[in-house]
Amino acid sequence: MQIEPTQVVARFEICRSGFIAADGKVGAELPAFARERATLVALYRSMVLTRAFDAKAVALQRTGRLGTYASSLGQEAVAVGLAHPMTPEDVLLPSFREHGSQLMRGVSMKELFLYWGGDERGNDFAGPRRDFPVCIPIGSHAPHAAGVALALKLRGEGGAAVAVFGDGATSKGDVYEAMNLAGAWQLPLVFVVNDNQWAISVPRAAQTAAETLAQKAIAAGFEGLQVDGNDVVAVAHAVGEALRKARSGGGPTLVEALTYRLADHTTVDDASRYRDDAEVAGHWKEEPVARLRAHLVAEHGWTKDEEEALIEACAAEVEAGSEAYLAQPPEPPEAIFDHLHAELPTALAGQRSRMLEEAAR
Amino acid sequence: MTAAGLTMVEAIDLALARAMAEDPTVVVLGEDVGKDGGVFRATDGLLARFGPQRVFDTPISEALIGGLPVGLAAMGFRPVVEIQFMGFIYPVIDQLVNHAARLRNRTRGRLSCPMVLRAPYGGGIHAPEHHSESMEAIFAHVPGIRVAIPSSPAKAYGLLLAAIRDPDPVVFLEPKRVYRAVREPVSDDGRALPLDRAFVLRQGGDLTLVSWGAMLVETLAAAEALAEEGVEAEVIDLATLKYFDADTVLGSVARTGRCVIVHEAPLTAGFGAEIAARLAGEGLMHLLAPVERVAGWDTVMPLPKLESRYMPSAERIVAAARRALEYR
Ligand SMILES: Cc1ncc(C[n+]2csc(CCOP(=O)(O)OP(=O)(O)O)c2C)c(N)n1
Repeated sequence: MQIEPTQVVARFEICRSGFIAADGKVGAELPAFARERATLVALYRSMVLTRAFDAKAVALQRTGRLGTYASSLGQEAVAVGLAHPMTPEDVLLPSFREHGSQLMRGVSMKELFLYWGGDERGNDFAGPRRDFPVCIPIGSHAPHAAGVALALKLRGEGGAAVAVFGDGATSKGDVYEAMNLAGAWQLPLVFVVNDNQWAISVPRAAQTAAETLAQKAIAAGFEGLQVDGNDVVAVAHAVGEALRKARSGGGPTLVEALTYRLADHTTVDDASRYRDDAEVAGHWKEEPVARLRAHLVAEHGWTKDEEEALIEACAAEVEAGSEAYLAQPPEPPEAIFDHLHAELPTALAGQRSRMLEEAAR
Repeated sequence: MTAAGLTMVEAIDLALARAMAEDPTVVVLGEDVGKDGGVFRATDGLLARFGPQRVFDTPISEALIGGLPVGLAAMGFRPVVEIQFMGFIYPVIDQLVNHAARLRNRTRGRLSCPMVLRAPYGGGIHAPEHHSESMEAIFAHVPGIRVAIPSSPAKAYGLLLAAIRDPDPVVFLEPKRVYRAVREPVSDDGRALPLDRAFVLRQGGDLTLVSWGAMLVETLAAAEALAEEGVEAEVIDLATLKYFDADTVLGSVARTGRCVIVHEAPLTAGFGAEIAARLAGEGLMHLLAPVERVAGWDTVMPLPKLESRYMPSAERIVAAARRALEYR
């Protein structure tokens, strides 16, 4: 533009952090928690379990025993990393690729299978009672997260809300409206952008002209940063710091986790229609599970036996979860009336009996 | 087009290509409508043929997808926008109700908004949460827009051309259960079918069955079952809900005296209520039996496991017809 500046009134920069490189080597000094073998093994276990769950879910879908499913293949470090520093007081508002986070929060595998198998009971988590179910409309849970965070703040509870959504979701007005409020009201809220580069067929660059998604926080008045989303340590560290800040009244943070969707968008998508195999192959070299394994082997003497035992244990857990799901008798049809309101309205009672009469015939 | 016939998705694609070829102001926009050709492939090939100046992949911004075409249309374009699934159309309603539908009236004809809002809708394909609802009555309630729902490939082709050529906004709801379920010959002759006109799919003098969209599958099956019992049902495809062809419905009921309305949307305040009210108000003297409505329950559309328990079945339609026939 042909405007002579008289003064600079705002400047910003966006930083990126990462610790464990694609080859497993450490590139920056590790945060304390990531120097402990037990912690790293626990994170590794969660990622391996998530990947095993994912493979089973896809297999069940392919054999007609699960509905449309959104795989998290290659994105395990985001889900696991963000859930790691969360406490039971925090509230998770996930999108549909955070299976790993949900498992770590205490949602059972059976419940996850039920939900994706088309049974609402899967959303009645026995574990994290306050966590939200998966949000299917893109980004529309960001305002819910602001409400949760406001409630936490008003009641003086220690926890924070964590809203997770994809890169595509950052195009939604809902997301910006929630960020704006969170900044203005200094809500205890952490936004995690699961930036897997694609929104179905639309690449990240076509979603916005902004150089980073992290900088979207700047306009809302709070900090945004990028992390290597294939490095579980980087995700856990950044979200952990953001949670600490949120809980101590420091307001919201946006963490953009750079990762890649190695799978199709969902089990009904065919990604080869819109992206090159070569691109995908390149990203396999960056993926988070092999990366942490390489690190564990090099720095913590992770053995072949330990690896095999872990794979076996995860497979058994997934098998048990899937069997529990498949053995679950169907919900009675009248359930569609029974949970609509706290009390069944008279107008619906008639329809409910009519349905039962028809079922009895 | 071909003797083998087209699916509804292919017919929609064909109508879009036809409209774009004949009118350079027609543009297509929405999520994944470009290279991917739409998640249902209803815009397949349009980007390749007409280029990025006329086919736009928008960000996932439903409010934007509702508002952008208002500006485009006021400036002389005819935007055809796709909402990926009807469950995500609600952020668009603000733009539709407050802007698109009233631009002409508000400017006393100086500006208008000839846009088409397409959305796959309805249940029966085991889709995820928020993908299977059938909320057409919401749109039928809005002054200033039309609501059209094709029931077959040929209807989709003809009605979509009519919607695009219409000088005012049209909500065009596509029953996705029919998308690939049937093929029928569609001739790409550029001929539109009339809006605001119902189609009689089957003639009969004993009772009138009124439906639209995918529910005509069950309705026609019910008519077939009734015929085996010696009952001749007239089947009407309403096709345009707003403004619906009351004359065809009233004329039919004047002959049959009995009417069963079928829709998969929830019963209460569903569009069947409007038809029943019209029959009560204008056809009462012809009615030999109370008007029956077979509809979805007033519940949230269940996830796939219970979906079939929600959708009206041919058996339920037959049972309603028998109730109507009991009155002598
Ligand atoms: C409001 C809304 N519009 C459209 C869709 C259809 N849809 C499902 S996933 C998706 C892409 C989401 O991309 P992104 O936010 O990057 O998340 P990702 O799937 O990559 O994890 C779209 C357009 C939807 N679910 N919700």
